[in-house]
Amino acid sequence: MNTAAIKAIYLNEMSRFFRTIGQSFISPVISTSLYFVVFGAAIGSRIQEVEGVPYGAFIVPGLIMLSVIMQSISNASFGIYFPKFIGTVFEVLSAPVNFMEITLGYVGAAATKSLFIGLVILGTASLFVDLTIEHPFAMVAFLILTCLSFALMGFIVGIWAKNFEQLQLVPLLIVTPLVFLGGSFYSVTMLPPFWQTVTHFNPVLYLISGFRWAFFGVADVPVGISLGAIAIFFLVCLTTVWWIFRTGWRIRD
Amino acid sequence: MTAILKIRDLEKTYDGGFQALKGVTLDIEEGEILALLGPNGAGKTTLISTVCGITVPTGGSATVSGHDVQRDYRKARAEIGLVPQEINLEPFSIVENNLHLSRGLFGKRRDPATVERVLKQLSLWDKRKNRVHELSGGMKRRVLIAKALVHEPRVLFLDEPTAGVDVALRKDMWETVAQLKADGVTIILTTHYIEEAEAMADRVAVIRKGEILMVEPTSELMRRLGRKELRIDLREPLSEVPQALSEYELELAEDGLALTYSYDTQADRTGIAGLMRALSDNGIILKDIQTRQSSLEDIFVDLVSEEEESA
Ligand SMILES: Nc1ncnc2c1ncn2[C@@H]1O[C@H](COP(=O)(O)OP(=O)(O)OP(=O)(O)O)[C@@H](O)[C@H]1O
Ligand SMILES: [Mg+2]
Repeated sequence: MNTAAIKAIYLNEMSRFFRTIGQSFISPVISTSLYFVVFGAAIGSRIQEVEGVPYGAFIVPGLIMLSVIMQSISNASFGIYFPKFIGTVFEVLSAPVNFMEITLGYVGAAATKSLFIGLVILGTASLFVDLTIEHPFAMVAFLILTCLSFALMGFIVGIWAKNFEQLQLVPLLIVTPLVFLGGSFYSVTMLPPFWQTVTHFNPVLYLISGFRWAFFGVADVPVGISLGAIAIFFLVCLTTVWWIFRTGWRIRD
Repeated sequence: MTAILKIRDLEKTYDGGFQALKGVTLDIEEGEILALLGPNGAGKTTLISTVCGITVPTGGSATVSGHDVQRDYRKARAEIGLVPQEINLEPFSIVENNLHLSRGLFGKRRDPATVERVLKQLSLWDKRKNRVHELSGGMKRRVLIAKALVHEPRVLFLDEPTAGVDVALRKDMWETVAQLKADGVTIILTTHYIEEAEAMADRVAVIRKGEILMVEPTSELMRRLGRKELRIDLREPLSEVPQALSEYELELAEDGLALTYSYDTQADRTGIAGLMRALSDNGIILKDIQTRQSSLEDIFVDLVSEEEESA
């Protein structure tokens, strides 16, 4: 294992993040505050509680998941697309590293960034609402697994993308709807039966449900299924990355 | 001498079906400088990329110090430093961080002393804290070389190291290369500047359309293919070359004041003595004479056009 290489890639990726740490901190704080003004105050004044949880607190896990998923994908996809675009990827390709090391470096850095943002949102949210976390370890585990899985997915998107439009396409066309329709801001039980059934095909639902369970002990689906779903998603992404590096698809001519 | 890099029947057909390498076989001796000479699109960069792991060969093999570049890629790549043709650098990165990154990628521990030595060797020490986009083109190219050297490779690929570099810097580059050779680094460089191959390389490999046309020691190549020209300046202009001198196939300058005689340096008899005698027999008075050796450029142009004629 070339751990020096993992560290080198990781630190190089993180250095870009640290260069703009102010922005990275400020923007989730602002957007979270806005969500609380709009959803918490405007809608929350009409919906008192969902499944026994005050609405303001109820949306926190969904809010964190929404940002963490989007950030993981965009960080990781940009992280690998950028060196491909400007040509610096040659160095990684000609270095004595295997796919695991490259992936750990890039995906690890992207996941770290989104984890940081998730925690900033959690911190900001706790200024607005009273939060008690019932299963803190499960909460952290869900958060880290989500960061890693979606960073892996973003990594694949970044390798697949041939231009900037494609880079935006997947998050915009696929992930945003899945996240919004995954019960970020409502409980699935609030939907008509037909849409409840449809929603159960949305993988993000299982994530948000599990994450919410870690906070409040209430869930749309059993927590074991949530964990299973994210583990499967993680493995599918990992296998895809392994296949990409084995065949050189879109990275080696 | 032992070959540090062995390339055997290496083939590369790109996805579109274009065959850029048609079975290249080449041995590179430890410690030598080999110049890869060829026109645009000959396959020089493809050859380097295939050895370095940037592209995947579709046939044949290559080994570095006995390690196969595909099966045993970790050991093979650890020996190689690569300076690409394009200036591929992160514009906002800091020069010295670039070098730390390269060392790390090659599994070497962080070592400020080595980074300092390499930066000084390439006259980049003053710029170590600068961002890449603040450097001139020539400096950026040297950052690329520094990155390739900082992990202490035994084989260095330089893909057109002096493209876009001014004359003074080019001479500097030649010196740097000579110094690297003295340090025992094996160097494979590609270039369009023939003088560069002539000045630096121990051997020259000529590549065209994915095939190696010839590999020769630079001096041998010069001797074997090198023709010399003898230029004779005359005191009085001639209107035409006298009939008696026709066997020498002389060329008369437009102003009639010079004759040029081409001869083969390898031939048993150059014919110079006979020509001199014939000139004085015909009452032609010499003012000055000079000889000129044809450069690799001429040789190269000859070689390629010969190929084209026979094709
Ligand atoms: N990624 C690619 N896909 C398809 N064809 C390619 C690719 N890269 C190079 N080629 C083709 O392979 C041939 C050899 O290209 P290569 O870059 O190796 O030439 P070169 O000798 O380095 O030329 P130059 O002196 O211009 O740098 C060219 O015809 C080129 O168009
Ligand atoms: Mg080239």
